[in-house]
Amino acid sequence: MLGVAVGVALAGVLIGFYVSKLTTDNGSAAYTVPVQTANGHPVVDLKIETVAAVGPQLSNNPDFVSYLIQNTKGQWKRETVWRLPANATVHVTIYNFDGASGLRNPYLARPLGIDGNVEMIDGKTANGVNPDDTSHTFAVPAFHLIVPIPGVADNAKNQCGYAPCSLSNAHHTITFTFHTGAKGHFRWQCFVPCAAGWLDGFGGPMQTIGYMDGFLDVV
Amino acid sequence: MSSMAVEVRPPLWRRLVGFNLLTGIVLGIVGWYAGWYLAHAIHAASLDYFADIDYNELSIVLAYIFGVIGFLIGLGFLNYPLARLRGYPPSLREKETGGIGRYFGLCTDHKVVGIQYLIGIGLFIFIGGLNAMLIRTELLRPDHQVWPAGTYLTLVGIHGTMMMGMMTSGILGPFGNYLIPLLIGARRMAFPRIEALTFWMLMAAGVILETTIFFGGFPTGWTGYAPLNIQANAGMDCYILFFALVGISMCLLGLNMIVTIVTMRAPGLTWTRLPIFVWGVISTSALMVLSAPVLIATLLMALLDRTAQTNFFVNAQGGSSFLYENLFWFFGHPEVYILALPGFGIVLELLPVFARKPLWGYRLAVAGMLGVGLLSFFVWQHHLFVSGINGDVRPFYIFSTELISIPTGFTFLCGMMTLWRGRIRYTVPMLFALSWFFNFLIGGLTGVFLSDAPSDVTTHGSFFSMAHFHYTIMGGLVFAFFGGIYYWVPKMTGFQLNERLGKIHFWTMFIFFNLTFFPLFIAGFLGQPRRVVTYPHNLQFLNDWVSVSAFLLGASMLLFIYNFVKSLLFDRVPAPANPWGSKSIEWQLPSPVPVHNFDRIPVFSGDPYGYGEGPAPAAAPAGAPAGRD
Amino acid sequence: MSTPPREQAGGRTVHATRVLIAWIVMSVIATPIVYFVLGPVLPPGKSTVQGAGQVFDNTVLVAFVTPIVCLLAVFFVYSLTQFRAAPSTELVDGPPLRNDSTVQTTWVAVTSVAVLFLAGFGTYELLKDGSGGGQGPAPIAKVSGNNFQVQVIAQQWEFTYRYPSLGGLETSQLVLPADTNIELHVTSLDATHSFWALQLGVKADANPGVDNVAYVQTKGARSFDIHCAELCGLWHGYMFDTGEIVPASQFAAWVKQQQQVFASVAKYMPKYSTVYFPDPQRRAG
Repeated sequence: MLGVAVGVALAGVLIGFYVSKLTTDNGSAAYTVPVQTANGHPVVDLKIETVAAVGPQLSNNPDFVSYLIQNTKGQWKRETVWRLPANATVHVTIYNFDGASGLRNPYLARPLGIDGNVEMIDGKTANGVNPDDTSHTFAVPAFHLIVPIPGVADNAKNQCGYAPCSLSNAHHTITFTFHTGAKGHFRWQCFVPCAAGWLDGFGGPMQTIGYMDGFLDVV
Repeated sequence: MSSMAVEVRPPLWRRLVGFNLLTGIVLGIVGWYAGWYLAHAIHAASLDYFADIDYNELSIVLAYIFGVIGFLIGLGFLNYPLARLRGYPPSLREKETGGIGRYFGLCTDHKVVGIQYLIGIGLFIFIGGLNAMLIRTELLRPDHQVWPAGTYLTLVGIHGTMMMGMMTSGILGPFGNYLIPLLIGARRMAFPRIEALTFWMLMAAGVILETTIFFGGFPTGWTGYAPLNIQANAGMDCYILFFALVGISMCLLGLNMIVTIVTMRAPGLTWTRLPIFVWGVISTSALMVLSAPVLIATLLMALLDRTAQTNFFVNAQGGSSFLYENLFWFFGHPEVYILALPGFGIVLELLPVFARKPLWGYRLAVAGMLGVGLLSFFVWQHHLFVSGINGDVRPFYIFSTELISIPTGFTFLCGMMTLWRGRIRYTVPMLFALSWFFNFLIGGLTGVFLSDAPSDVTTHGSFFSMAHFHYTIMGGLVFAFFGGIYYWVPKMTGFQLNERLGKIHFWTMFIFFNLTFFPLFIAGFLGQPRRVVTYPHNLQFLNDWVSVSAFLLGASMLLFIYNFVKSLLFDRVPAPANPWGSKSIEWQLPSPVPVHNFDRIPVFSGDPYGYGEGPAPAAAPAGAPAGRD
Repeated sequence: MSTPPREQAGGRTVHATRVLIAWIVMSVIATPIVYFVLGPVLPPGKSTVQGAGQVFDNTVLVAFVTPIVCLLAVFFVYSLTQFRAAPSTELVDGPPLRNDSTVQTTWVAVTSVAVLFLAGFGTYELLKDGSGGGQGPAPIAKVSGNNFQVQVIAQQWEFTYRYPSLGGLETSQLVLPADTNIELHVTSLDATHSFWALQLGVKADANPGVDNVAYVQTKGARSFDIHCAELCGLWHGYMFDTGEIVPASQFAAWVKQQQQVFASVAKYMPKYSTVYFPDPQRRAG
């Protein structure tokens, strides 16, 4: 009887460990973006960084490329599930510290699904980027939204190593605005094969939520 | 009874030293580190992408390979070959040490290996089933992520891979190993140590597959298609090694069965007097031996692509993803018949006992099994109808796949005619055998849809195909597996399983199985693809229905475990030697069967289906208790 | 061990006759119901010629299996109730029937004929117009004539579409003209995907470096669901979209609008080809 009780308890503990490991592995905590209102209309500000190597403080895989988001305290967090309000205006600023990898499908090198279908790169408007110069994209396929992000030149000075990066490192600043619609759960991903070392550049961080992929939780 | 000498039992630590499971685990860990260290010493630039973060692919592969070798050495598998090399005579020494310790190490007694298989496979299937419950939890809501999407794919992959790998030996392992020597009148299998090896390799493989969660899991599902399997994280290597070990285990198990049945039958046991279960084992074994090597070769190529930068499956560099699909399914289709055929054997073995009639159409049934086995090698491209491979041979594969339903129908005919005008008793094993017909009919008829290429355009890669194979594999094989457990456990252990709990288990399992999987045909028709973590909102009710039914199905399995543990560990009601009144030879022996099986090798004079033809069984081991209790 | 006298004299035919008649009656009632009531609601719907062909195919198959299900249902219900062992402490054996060559021969003959019919029927339906399935680069079941070519490019994890006859225009949404014979060329840039347009009745695997051709003949305007039907990585479950079949005039207007959007990337696009091998092809980064 005691043997069976011990066996059942042990099984319960192992199953509990298994399930909890699965819930947290390769995922991302959700970040609720603070909402302001302008004329009764919700407005949201997203500050995002894309870094070449996320570093040991933020991840067990310090060499993975990653998106980082800045929270209200100014800290850069590796959280890629963002809670946004429905029917809102979303202003996005992306600081890119990573070099160029090049798009596999050049069609994705032009902004779509954002206001005016133009993005601001370092203060200048652009309706496209040379596909070979792209470093990442921010894309929400369900909204047909694509924003290519140009990469830092290979010979630029003071490139950022491990994250977090500061604005004194070589970077590009990209800003754009888009709108959320009805409630839902929408994925976003990068389309540039930026996962060094995996076949076609699409493995590793490209296939793990919390680095180059995430969700827009529109509530 | 007093003995002259006082037995001194050595202290516990002394008894634990030696070649046993503990040593196996210790040497396995040592081997793991040896392999890891070796791989890091091979510092070739092409193998070492992430040297600075210790992410050398080869290290995981070599670590596991050396770990398995260390594990097997620790268990003592190298002892006998080394002893023979040094000139010692042949022996079956490992059989003699008695007691429960025999079940935790290398034992050459086929009955011990059979029970090891039953418990070992049961444990891993429990884990696989747990994964299925976790999968269904995710599918309760389309918009809410319970597990991260990558983890969900790993769960889907582990569930499928574990079940396929374990159930391949699911009947030949426990029941084949235990019963074949008894059914053919032998004292042992032809290669007892290889038998034990297949078991321990399978256990090592199961552990390897579960550890994939520590390496990021794998995203390909059980089919492991290239080039996604080359792109995947290190967890993919766990899948590859699991299946390679399963393949080797399968191949050796089948080989052992064939050699035993061909060479060690007792006098008088001609081919036409073999029990039908033995024919099922023969046809399955032939498939195992012929198809497993293809799997092993394919996985080796995938491993080389991943570690050594070869390009077997990378189109851009001259390889082909089609090569993987073709090779995998060349193994994959015989694999599913390896799963189905033992089910045929068990069902046809049980029906005569509980209908009290001879097996009707014995030669037709045998022809059916052999026909299914032979044809199974000619149908594999029906998995690839819309893939763009060989568009012009599709009519041939439509034809061959439809053709395979003819020998399958023979099993149905023989089973049905055995029941016809019989005296049917509804015991728990019989209920499982009868439910096989219901489940396999649905599974088989939906297979007709899938084998018809135009219809396959609708259903390929959708939940329809998923429901089809769950009906044939789970509804067919697993129900037959439980029928076999309820039928043979009294013989294997000497204790009865509680009949009432067994019937509740059967009815809950049968009802909830059908409630779970039948709606999935509809989900497939409505456009839900396989292995997806989200689905259109209008399918939510259907998915919730399926998930709740699946949880209840899982609960019925817990009821079985409760019955199993309670009856065998607590109630311990002794079973008579022949509780079912069967005329088959294993029931003429005491329960549990003694170590040497027979006092004297029996002489056979007929098949075991002489119901209605006279009282005596067709074979009597001379010196065994006459008649039944 | 003697069987009751009633069974020896024609008892066999009594049981068999009952089962046979019950089966025939049940099949005659059930099969037309299945064919006419269930048939029309079977997937994928009749929005295209290939889809309608699949619906017909599925209807015939489901009507074909109905008598088989009826036979087994009648047989088992009858046998499991009629041939139950009488409750007794003693085990009574049944009659020692081992074989009946008439039954065997009939069964083998009937199943063989049925199977041959199914194989022939399936092949005929397939070769008629391809049934919307992917046939590889050299299709044998062609839709003849001047087909409108559309390329489906599958990548991780989105479908994009190219129109070679419109100057290599690429779009991220699939819009097709109504009442047109369309030749789909499905390929992939990385892993194996599968283009499944449910209501069109089209499914074709997208393999890297392979041109998989599927034919579909559109009819009226409607929207349709597109899913990826082959596990392609993390976002396989989210790789879905909605496509449209629109009248010809609306199609021309849409093309014009897309050309404007496409203009800014047109200079970077590779020439239209049935297969692409974009960099990085190995483990570069």
